Amino acid sequence: MAILVIAEHNNSALNPATLNTVGAASAIGGDIHLLVAGSGCAAVAETAAKIAGVSQVLLADDAAYAHQLPENVAPLIAGIAPSYSHVLAPASTNGKNYLPCVAALLDVDQISDIIAVLSADTFKRPIYAGNAIATVRSSALIKVITVRTTAFEAVAAEGGSASVEAVAALADSGKSSFISEDIAKSDRPDLGSAKVIVSGGRGLLSSDNFQLLYTLADKLGGAVGASRAAVDAGFAANDLQVGQTGKIVAPDLYIAVGISGAIQHLAGMKDSKVIVAINKDPEAPIFQVADYGLVADLFEAVPELTQAV
Amino acid sequence: MKGMHPEQPCRFAGVNFPLYQGDEESMKVLVAVKRVVDYNVKVRVKADNSGVDLANVKMSMNPFCEIAVEEAVRLKEKGVVTEVVVVSIGPNAAQEQLRTALALGGDRAILVETEAEVGSLTVAKLLKAVVDQEQPQLVILGKQAIDSDNNQTGQMLAALTGFAQGTFISKVEAAEGSFTITREIDGGLQKLALKLPAILTTDLRLNEPRYASLPNIMKAKKKPLDVVTPESLGVEIRSTLELVKVEAPEERKPGIKVASVAELVDKLKNEAKVI
Ligand SMILES: Cc1cc2nc3c(=O)[nH]c(=O)nc-3n(C[C@H](O)[C@H](O)[C@H](O)COP(=O)(O)OP(=O)(O)OC[C@H]3O[C@@H](n4cnc5c(N)ncnc54)[C@H](O)[C@@H]3O)c2cc1C
Repeated sequence: MAILVIAEHNNSALNPATLNTVGAASAIGGDIHLLVAGSGCAAVAETAAKIAGVSQVLLADDAAYAHQLPENVAPLIAGIAPSYSHVLAPASTNGKNYLPCVAALLDVDQISDIIAVLSADTFKRPIYAGNAIATVRSSALIKVITVRTTAFEAVAAEGGSASVEAVAALADSGKSSFISEDIAKSDRPDLGSAKVIVSGGRGLLSSDNFQLLYTLADKLGGAVGASRAAVDAGFAANDLQVGQTGKIVAPDLYIAVGISGAIQHLAGMKDSKVIVAINKDPEAPIFQVADYGLVADLFEAVPELTQAV
Repeated sequence: MKGMHPEQPCRFAGVNFPLYQGDEESMKVLVAVKRVVDYNVKVRVKADNSGVDLANVKMSMNPFCEIAVEEAVRLKEKGVVTEVVVVSIGPNAAQEQLRTALALGGDRAILVETEAEVGSLTVAKLLKAVVDQEQPQLVILGKQAIDSDNNQTGQMLAALTGFAQGTFISKVEAAEGSFTITREIDGGLQKLALKLPAILTTDLRLNEPRYASLPNIMKAKKKPLDVVTPESLGVEIRSTLELVKVEAPEERKPGIKVASVAELVDKLKNEAKVI
């Protein structure tokens, strides 16, 4: 039986997290089909059809799916799922929103946030903020899984030539409705795919001071992240929060500035290739995971670093 | 100390809510709370790889559940809801967390007592059984428990009950016949209108939970706490997931301290080769 991957997209473009999710599906092995559920999203399906390793794209194009409301998307997926051995979605806020509903409708447990595929039924996933790694085996007929996309290589966006088949839409549940969205627009790379991330914490003291980090990030072609404390204090937007309960990132270079290194923060960034910490407290726990630690006042060190790179 | 304001007119009296049974005057909210390892504890994996060592470790209410209790209590203080029922599924010791929830403003508590490991799907089924009995118009849960990090239960409960679903919320506004909620999503914020009955899961920015005062802790001891069993709710504890083993994560190689920005730049360019 084939594997069904749910595409992440915004109706006009495919989110690269989809490619990593297909990567996880190919680690399981078997035919891979992709579901594009949205509204006016035919172009996304065309793009998806080119993904290497995808043999079929299912397109559910209907106003009911415009905002991926779980009350509409979950029954659609649950209706299709019985023809598949696995249903995979990225562990994005979207995937986390609808996929547990799919699992419940199918009466199977969901396996959240897998970081490794050991076999078609056995997976690794972090628990306790990544302080332990569980190996779990599923006996479910249909394995419903969210994928930590930073843990899997992206497959090539080009090279495939899948057919696109339309799927009939179900009626709008009417239980919830979309009002508005406030999506941060930025020319900087996405946190999920950035090679360099400069992250700021409470030590930044204000949102104005975050500009120091943006200037450094721009020079390095990177993105800006934040600790929970910085987001709670209003220095940075909620979508920048890195951590156990925010975004999981794994860039080539993570520069933590004025961040103490609480376990909840480490959970979101400790798989980065190289970690730099700039903190004036030599005892800050962030230094325990940093490859290069600089004990310094950030207000001197960051401008100097920006000059030097 | 904040409390109920009986003099404050109920904003919703007389408004025709599409209530999930019950009458117009009363609106019950059910809040689910989980007993978990305290968020300050760095857990250790057991030597036999069978799990993490929780012996003599501080246990607390899951932080997201505290936020859920706080929001329910605030809705009651605003006159939007009339009764706050807290429910936990877990060992007998979870009564401690239920008492805390009662001290924070819950009216009564239900413990579905089981010493078994229960997965999110089973928890959702047990909560569904409680929902069937209690008939709340609103259920508030934390978005994730910091032990399993599953982030599933609220969504599963929404699917099982057929209630409207609002996850990862940072704001709730009660409107006529519906709730307007703001969700924290990957790209920013999303606003939805939810018809009642509805399930909400809390994100960090929804509120800052209060501390329980000593008089309220004393009062909470006298509030009703019912203990029921999964069997009495007609739910079988089973799972399609088997825990094979639990391991410690790979340690990072110890790093070094650099003395200056110049040394840092040199290391990043010539040693790590990342810039
Ligand atoms: C349920 C739950 C979930 C959570 N989820 C997350 C999450 O996803 N992500 C997350 O990040 N946190 C999360 N947290 C919060 C976490 O526990 C910490 O409180 C938070 O990470 C601290 O942020 P911080 O390091 O910016 O602040 P602090 O801990 O206050 O650290 C500030 C640091 O800045 C340094 N500093 C100050 N001034 C300067 C200066 N001039 N120059 C250099 N250094 C300076 C200080 O030495 C200090 O080390 C969560 C907590 C809970 C309870």
